[in-house]
Amino acid sequence: MNFEFSQEQVQLRDSVRKMLDNKEALKKAREVLEGEKSYDKDLWNSLVEMGLTATTIPEEYEGLGLGHLELCVVAEELGRSLAPTPFSSSVYLATEALLLLGSDDQKKEYLPKLARGEIIGTFAHSESNTSPTASNINTVVNNGKINGKKIAVPDGDVSDFAIVTAVEDGKIGLYAVNLKNEKSQIISQDTLDPSRSHAEISFDGADSELLGSTEEGWANLNNLLDKAAVLFAFEQLGGAEACMNMAKEYSLGRFAFGRPIASFQAIKHKLADMFVTVELARSNCYFGAWALSTDSAELPTAAATSRVSASQAYHECSKENIQTHGGMGFTWEFDCHLFYKRCRQLAANIGSQAIWKDKLISSLERANTL
Amino acid sequence: MDFNDTTDETKFREEAFNWLSNNAPLKENPKDTWKPASEEEGLKEAKAWAAKLHEGGWACLHWPKEYGGRDATPIERVIWGQEISKFKVPGGYFEIGQGMAGPVMMMYANEEQKKRYLPPLAKAEEVWCQLFSEPASGSDLAGLKTKCEKDGDDWIINGQKIWTSGAHFSDYGIIVTRSDPNVAKHKGLTYFFLDMKSPGVEVRPIKQISGGANFNEVYFTDVRIPDEQRLGEVGDGWKVSLTTLMNERLAVGDASGPDFEEAFNLARGQDLNGKLAIENDSVREKLADWYCQASGLKFAKYRNISALSRGETPGPQSSITKIVSANKLQEIANFGLDLMDNAGILRSDDRDAEQSMYQYGFYGAAGLRIAGGTDEILKNIISEQVLGMPQDMRADKGIPFNEIPTSTK
Repeated sequence: MNFEFSQEQVQLRDSVRKMLDNKEALKKAREVLEGEKSYDKDLWNSLVEMGLTATTIPEEYEGLGLGHLELCVVAEELGRSLAPTPFSSSVYLATEALLLLGSDDQKKEYLPKLARGEIIGTFAHSESNTSPTASNINTVVNNGKINGKKIAVPDGDVSDFAIVTAVEDGKIGLYAVNLKNEKSQIISQDTLDPSRSHAEISFDGADSELLGSTEEGWANLNNLLDKAAVLFAFEQLGGAEACMNMAKEYSLGRFAFGRPIASFQAIKHKLADMFVTVELARSNCYFGAWALSTDSAELPTAAATSRVSASQAYHECSKENIQTHGGMGFTWEFDCHLFYKRCRQLAANIGSQAIWKDKLISSLERANTL
Repeated sequence: MDFNDTTDETKFREEAFNWLSNNAPLKENPKDTWKPASEEEGLKEAKAWAAKLHEGGWACLHWPKEYGGRDATPIERVIWGQEISKFKVPGGYFEIGQGMAGPVMMMYANEEQKKRYLPPLAKAEEVWCQLFSEPASGSDLAGLKTKCEKDGDDWIINGQKIWTSGAHFSDYGIIVTRSDPNVAKHKGLTYFFLDMKSPGVEVRPIKQISGGANFNEVYFTDVRIPDEQRLGEVGDGWKVSLTTLMNERLAVGDASGPDFEEAFNLARGQDLNGKLAIENDSVREKLADWYCQASGLKFAKYRNISALSRGETPGPQSSITKIVSANKLQEIANFGLDLMDNAGILRSDDRDAEQSMYQYGFYGAAGLRIAGGTDEILKNIISEQVLGMPQDMRADKGIPFNEIPTSTK
């Protein structure tokens, strides 16, 4: 048993962190937030050059053939730096969907381009103000043509294709749909976190190709979401820890009543509470990473645990970081709000806390090992 | 990263399980825990079990073999913990002696003393307690007043200790006292071990909120301790105490009482408003939170063990374990009793083991949040020692102990 990342994985972490620092990823997140760009192309290119989009893609499809542990390490750094790129959509979701369900032809078609960063993919699932279930998805596929509307699709406006959940003959399936055609109408949507773009996508008879089968569509979808949950959790963990460190640094330098506010017990205990949530989340994420990398039967439980724990840690740390900064924390000028916004976006993208808590208990009921 | 056993670890796990199978009953379910008829009976059974563990080579896993331990690796300790949790075995009497007094004796006692005292402690033939807190010095431990004065080759101890778990059945104790009230409070302390049967030691039980009396007040009237039973230098008692407290937080870490698994099983069997409680969304949400905490603590411990395996020393990070587990226990106990509705308040020692477990947890958690460092002190430790934030402002800093204002009220 060994519950830490290897030396090689730690080196990968260091080099990704260094690159993101050099590129001033946080500053770029602000530029995207304040400007018209959907993402930072320069930063995206740097991620691609480092081979990060190719991390888990097998060598036969021009990938690096590394494991998911490496991808977890990368995700944590992207979260820590708020990197404004479509990495989570394209890598954790679209690429993983193809790796999981794609036929050899589909893999040959998509994966080398994804590895080289030539195309961007996303995952289109939400349709309304409620979480998607097997019975409320209204996007339909008939004879390969897809019709329906998806909302709040992350990076929908910059993606070349989407993995779309839809119903065919009463069964849920996952379909790859090319977005660069007249039958897919894309409208950018304003969100709480403008550092990451989202879009509404309407399909009016666009061509779609099924990934895997509809017989196991719902199970496949949940498997994909479980895998992505661990990667999202690492990104959330990185963000949570960044907020904790920001709060600490600020409190050490900010004086009130003749003392650094870091010397007040109210602030120290707030930071200790943040540390506790971060440590619990990190520990759960490590187990999630292991379950993901070994395709363990415990993945559903480990994934939900990582997801819930990391969502909680990020929420706690991003809100209390603002609180620690006082009025400054509420200003546009300070970076606190960037993390607060990203926290909400990451917590929303693959399903709410309530849903993942329910999944967690359901998976424990199924496992019935207690 | 590998959460599976290596070949050697698999072998160790099998060896542990086989030995346990031959010597103890497997739990029939998670609720099936050891519960003695009385404290006296419990102590007897626990001593018999500890002797068996020692005979089989499973006592004090982390201690050196020469003192009655096993020289086990940190990972082996985790594996042993996982395996023994499957069995219904006694526990709860020797943690302080084996977890705290033993390690401090190993560090500070002379070789002759180690050979005399450690093996009987490992076998639980002799039981130890820890005499630290006083009525006016709990969290502010260094403010203690029990004094020691040199008299020839001996020291004379006078004063009072409190919250001393197991003092009424202990043979020996470790104690920190004030040797010099004219210097700043941390500088005038000296540490000893003593025979609890010494003349002048009086143990008075304290009735707790549970109605039981697991801990005591201990009074010292002209108690004589030979100088050779001093641990560390004169005036260095604070340093020795900190070593002990670090070990305490490792030893006390796990709360006993209902945890996630028990709450999960209760919710699956308990009716709530005409349906099973597990089908209630608010119940599911609470359970998910507790699972995340329990799982986070488990893997945080494993990460800590991995760090230990690489030769790193245990950090104050382990303080989070007690904060989280004590609070979780308090919430789970309250939840379990709540599910039992109005009947949850009926004391049920004799009729329902499950209800009784929640009731003990309900009382015990309130104490656990204080014992071995309050939540508040532990949060200070995390913020100061882990995160590097400034120490609290101290009005008594640098002032000779006998000039510091005090009140016991």
